[in-house]
Amino acid sequence: MTIPQEHHLQAVFPTPFHARTAAANTLNVWHRWRDYTVADAYFDVSLEYTALRNACTVFDLSPMTKHLITGPDALSFMNRLVTRDVAKLKPGRVGYTVWCDDEGQVVDDGTIFHLREGVYRLCSQERQLDWLHASGLGFEVAIQEDTHDVAALALQGPTSCAVLKRLGLAGIETLTPFGIRSFAFEGGELTVSRTGFTGDLGYELWIDPELALMLWDRLFDVGAPVGIKPMGTHALEMSRIEAGFIQAGVDFLPADRAIRAGRTRSPFELDLAWLVDFGKSHFTGRRALLAEQARGSRYRLVKLDVEGNKPARDAYIYDRRRKNVGVVTSSMWSPAAKSNIALASVEMPYGAPGGELWAEIYYQKELKWSRFMARCTVVEGPFYSPARRRATPAADF
Amino acid sequence: MTDDAGRIVIVGGGHNGLVCAAYLARAGRKVLVLEAAEQVGGAAVTREFAPGFRVSSVAHLLHALDPRIARELRLEQHGLAYARRALRTVSLGEGAPLVLDGANVEAGDVTPADRAALAEYVRRQQRFAAVLANQHSRIPSRLGAGFSVFRLFDRSANNRNTENPAPWSLAKFALDVRLLGRADMRELLRVGTMNLHDLLEDRFESAQLKGALALDGVLGARLGPRSGQTFFTSLQRAGAYALPRGGMGAVTGALAVAARAAGAEIRVASPVASFTLHGDRVTGVVLQSGEQIEAAAVVSNADPQTTFLGLVGARHLDTEFARRVLHIRSQGCAAKLHLALAGAPGFRGVPAGLLGERLIIAPDLGYIDAAFNPSKYREYSTQPVLEISVPSVHDAGLAPAGQHVLSAIVQYAPRDLAMGWSAGRAPFLEATLAVLTRYAPALRSQIVAAELLTPLDIENEFRIHGGHWHHGELALDQYMMLRPVPGAAQYATPVPGLWLCGAGSHPGGGVIGAAGRNAARAVLAGSRA
Repeated sequence: MTIPQEHHLQAVFPTPFHARTAAANTLNVWHRWRDYTVADAYFDVSLEYTALRNACTVFDLSPMTKHLITGPDALSFMNRLVTRDVAKLKPGRVGYTVWCDDEGQVVDDGTIFHLREGVYRLCSQERQLDWLHASGLGFEVAIQEDTHDVAALALQGPTSCAVLKRLGLAGIETLTPFGIRSFAFEGGELTVSRTGFTGDLGYELWIDPELALMLWDRLFDVGAPVGIKPMGTHALEMSRIEAGFIQAGVDFLPADRAIRAGRTRSPFELDLAWLVDFGKSHFTGRRALLAEQARGSRYRLVKLDVEGNKPARDAYIYDRRRKNVGVVTSSMWSPAAKSNIALASVEMPYGAPGGELWAEIYYQKELKWSRFMARCTVVEGPFYSPARRRATPAADF
Repeated sequence: MTDDAGRIVIVGGGHNGLVCAAYLARAGRKVLVLEAAEQVGGAAVTREFAPGFRVSSVAHLLHALDPRIARELRLEQHGLAYARRALRTVSLGEGAPLVLDGANVEAGDVTPADRAALAEYVRRQQRFAAVLANQHSRIPSRLGAGFSVFRLFDRSANNRNTENPAPWSLAKFALDVRLLGRADMRELLRVGTMNLHDLLEDRFESAQLKGALALDGVLGARLGPRSGQTFFTSLQRAGAYALPRGGMGAVTGALAVAARAAGAEIRVASPVASFTLHGDRVTGVVLQSGEQIEAAAVVSNADPQTTFLGLVGARHLDTEFARRVLHIRSQGCAAKLHLALAGAPGFRGVPAGLLGERLIIAPDLGYIDAAFNPSKYREYSTQPVLEISVPSVHDAGLAPAGQHVLSAIVQYAPRDLAMGWSAGRAPFLEATLAVLTRYAPALRSQIVAAELLTPLDIENEFRIHGGHWHHGELALDQYMMLRPVPGAAQYATPVPGLWLCGAGSHPGGGVIGAAGRNAARAVLAGSRA
């Protein structure tokens, strides 16, 4: 490989959709996501969020770290890497998962796409190539990062299926949640998965970067009558908290980034016990997680319905208003759930479902700060989960 | 339940495996040792390399055998005898040889100041080495996120676990260092990680003396005299050298007799292909013949990389642990030369009475450094450093009457030679013989047969990954609770039912036997819990 001269002068790249996202970005607000610039918002965060929940939105997902895993041992490798049983993930299906270090602490979370028999795509929040290669020792497996070779859009919201139908993707409404299907598109291939980070009906579209702009244009052409809008990361953040999804670096510290002991979390401590399958063959962290199961966890992640309407941003969590037992990691006023919601990490045994905790909330009005203790109820399940999210066939709305 | 219930299988009948077997059997355990080769002994073995000529194949001088083990296992009753003890060191050079007997200079051109400095140097080396030797019989402490000073005082049953069977061991080491007294403790802390080159340049004038002392820091290691921590590695060689009668095989032979006498069963020619895992646990071994043997515990005398990456398999381990094992520095750099000689070799200036001593070719620091440099670039030394023994001088049984065997450690010969050892073998042997004949001009005409064991040969014939006799560089970053890697430094491994007992574990290689003895204690403590 030859590295072009002065390559270092450009460290951050436009995504394959940049020509269109830049034109749509009337606010001209951007941030860096790994190697790329992406829009924080395009015209108004609240309206983008509203478009997501009431029509549909397009989010540029291209910077998401992606890996392609192939080879005779691809399945065994995946099963050694992650905590859930990948053998149960059939071709054409997607699974959410986490993977752990030797101490059973979560390194990252992501999605496994079983593209074809024995061919997997692993999408992660963090860069994972080093860990994947280390995990590949002793396996006949090829691991490559193909982030730059795949352009991706998240098309999410109630009218998203209608848009894809208008795009000519015959039968797309029969695609079940976490299913994958491929379609011919402008001489290439468009892969569609019924996945997303919004907790709504929605799809993720994967395509050759050469066809990226064509896809964007066609989506907006056919989607205009059903209210399609571009959406930035701020509105996405709102929707993922409503869905109760955790984010690396926000709701947990990736284990390989932690320096201090005790700052990381196990899957059990992130309310992800359902992802841990001790019945399968060995996986990294298995022995530590078995020990944790026997000994008991230190923390738990709780979903809180917080009294009042002031977001409990970074709030300390108390038991009976006295003992500090945890901290809020994500919080917002949820327009969809019509409640003040938060994700928090609390020490065991506090935070049992249905129990009561208190959040110490600081807020200001015109630079005058106030503090109050808000009663919180520990709730189960996502804060917002419309029936359309799972319904198959998907409706048009 | 069969008769075999509770049986402990030891994989590898090297000296540590045999020591471990003997102690476990003495404790009443049913023990089976599986040795791949036709005879036990591992790298401490005597082999016939030419008709009538026998020699210690890898290790050739005994200097660190744990005296407690020799006593407890009654090795002398079981056949261990010495052909010669307390060998002197004879450093060959351009002029008259330098002859050292411990702190005394018996012959050689050495100033009175150097003689005094040597006495002081040896005195301190022996004190420091004694601190390390104290540590040999202690299972290393385990430090980790769960380590707490308060747990040291917790005598409850759940604190006496296999994870940290010896929480006090590090504190005992610190106390031993403190008990050196203020002056020596400060000196140890000052020079502990230093390179030997700078230290010797500070202390001595005689180039030949400095060369002889520097060899102790680099022999068997992939280090040159200017490499960091060679002072520390030199402490591993502070003992007196001895020649067991019948070669190093006599040591392991006596250990095998002791193990059998205690009730252990030893099977040779039984190479293990893999371990059997049931769930998380090792439950036995599979021989290359296909035979399966069940075990309540498996203790591996193989090196850590062979054990974990070969016999267990990386996929049964956690990622970070497997990566640590993969990165153990274990590329050997020392070759072994064996010559069958028609008569006694004549080394210039060496009287016949000194021929049986430890002869070295390390005439000065610059020579060793120049020999080391090519190894950094995966090339062999064209003028190697040698440690030579002619054991047949003291032990006539090793060669036909009137004839002799010469055994030499030859450095540097990197395992990962860039040109490959099939191409490198002949020129390296030639370079080695050229150096030898510079000191023993008639040697070539006396050679009946020659055997050169490169690190690659040692890897293949003695089943040591990387061909490093110590199962991994014996340096500070791979010492005590870091040996072989954190997580397996207390002989127990992350895989339940699997233990380590070889030189890859604390305190390392050099035919000490302590790793085997400590492992036996750890196995007994762990299987009681």
